[in-house]
Amino acid sequence: MFPNPFDYYAPETCDDVYALLHEHGYDAKVIAGGQSLLPMMKLRLAAPEVLVDVNNVADLRTMAVSDTGLRLGALTRHAEMERAQWPDYPLLSATAGHIADPIVRNRGTMGGSLAHADPAADWGAALLALDARVTLADAARSREVRLDDFFVDTFTTVLEPTELLTAIVIPAPPRESRPFGQYLKLERKVGDFAVVGVAVTASLDDAGRVVTAGIGLASVGPRPLKAQAAEALLVGQTLSPAVIREAAEAASQAADPVSDRRGSAEYKRTMVRVFVERGLAKIQADWELVNRASA
Amino acid sequence: MDNGKRQSVTVRVQINGETREAAVESRTLLAYFIRDTLGLTGTHVGCDTTSCGACTVLLDGVPVKSCTVLAVQAHGHQLETVEGLEQDGKLHPLQQAFWDNHGLQCGFCTPGMLMTALALVRQEPLADEETIRRAISGNLCRCTGYMNIVKAIRQAGRTVAQTQEV
Ligand SMILES: Cc1cc2nc3c(=O)[nH]c(=O)nc-3n(C[C@H](O)[C@H](O)[C@H](O)COP(=O)(O)OP(=O)(O)OC[C@H]3O[C@@H](n4cnc5c(N)ncnc54)[C@H](O)[C@@H]3O)c2cc1C
Ligand code: FES
Ligand code: FES
Repeated sequence: MFPNPFDYYAPETCDDVYALLHEHGYDAKVIAGGQSLLPMMKLRLAAPEVLVDVNNVADLRTMAVSDTGLRLGALTRHAEMERAQWPDYPLLSATAGHIADPIVRNRGTMGGSLAHADPAADWGAALLALDARVTLADAARSREVRLDDFFVDTFTTVLEPTELLTAIVIPAPPRESRPFGQYLKLERKVGDFAVVGVAVTASLDDAGRVVTAGIGLASVGPRPLKAQAAEALLVGQTLSPAVIREAAEAASQAADPVSDRRGSAEYKRTMVRVFVERGLAKIQADWELVNRASA
Repeated sequence: MDNGKRQSVTVRVQINGETREAAVESRTLLAYFIRDTLGLTGTHVGCDTTSCGACTVLLDGVPVKSCTVLAVQAHGHQLETVEGLEQDGKLHPLQQAFWDNHGLQCGFCTPGMLMTALALVRQEPLADEETIRRAISGNLCRCTGYMNIVKAIRQAGRTVAQTQEV
């Protein structure tokens, strides 16, 4: 199998990418890791006239940690996140290891995954839980958009055809608290997309109270979902079994799954509840471990 | 910069230490460039849908599925394929270990499996079984049941670690 013919450009700066996207508009497609786009082009589900390869743009590969947060260039590969050791962002490496298989992870990028906007994508759920923002830019302007406002529908985002997703910005966990993160995924076989994916993160203070909480859901709606009502239930609470149960129930109500050959809607909704419960219980257990160690 | 119109792009790579160059269509996938253009048919195409890993080659030392990379994206880069393993008529420790442990039956998955294993053995020769199983989880084998593949990679890793110590 091979794609339709296309003109190929491999610019080295963002400005050159913007110029090409401006010139070719809807006829052009950006290629990053190519792990979603090339399979689609081979199946002729996509047939861009012009391919703009951004792999040589060094600016898209930068990573910066500061007091306010983490800024990851769009070209950050899944495998780089899997290996990353950032104690302040444990959900990132926890999620990366669940995406596809190790060879796909060597190539696929965070920016590509978000721009592709597959409702089953693991980064969508995890980065919604982390309250991430994305930077979108073209020749005229650059804007920062909350990820929750970025996803519109299945395979649809607010990205304009002339725009490039340049970076992902993740706010730092609040001071005086310790962040925890869990990614739970139901898959039919190794390397498959999620039947249900749940990202859970929480920052706990010394007393075990939740300072911030995030819950993101994959594969249970037309787009990755943020379980906001459940998040709100957790803030200010300690993670008692009753609080955990209540939040898990609220998250399962936020899910909007459809029945397909991977499972019934009812099953998927139930698995959201089970995974949120497990994730939060693990976070509480991890917090107790750390606290006992430092007591 | 390696821009190209659809008809013809020049692709120059270092493959198994040798510089090769050819003009191909921009839509040519790396697996077909390696097999059809360069004539190195050791790299296999199994599923052609990014699932099986039979087409795995090393791009700058990193395993990639060559059915899902454009040939032009490898321009100016280093490639390694199964043909590069044997040196001076002597099997690479990985090949020897696959032989010794019966790590292949039909052999279709083997070129990809070997290249994934090569990257692992270079990075972590004494990897434990779980790490090995995780590392090869993108390479499907329909014959062996993986047991002997894992054994072979462990043996090869030990051999490599020993020779590195010397
Ligand atoms: C076998 C297999 C299994 C997989 N399993 C999973 C899984 O379990 N979970 C999961 O989350 N994903 C999975 N994936 C998808 C994988 O994570 C892809 O890497 C990812 O979805 C797309 O990233 P990419 O960099 O490869 O993007 P590409 O394929 O290069 O691009 C995808 C789309 O995004 C656009 N795009 C890319 N980068 C930008 C940018 N910077 N700005 C604007 N637009 C951009 C492209 O134009 C294209 O429309 C799987 C893929 C395969 C092949
Ligand atoms: S042929 Fe490339 S992954 Fe199967
Ligand atoms: S030996 Fe036959 S597929 Fe692996």
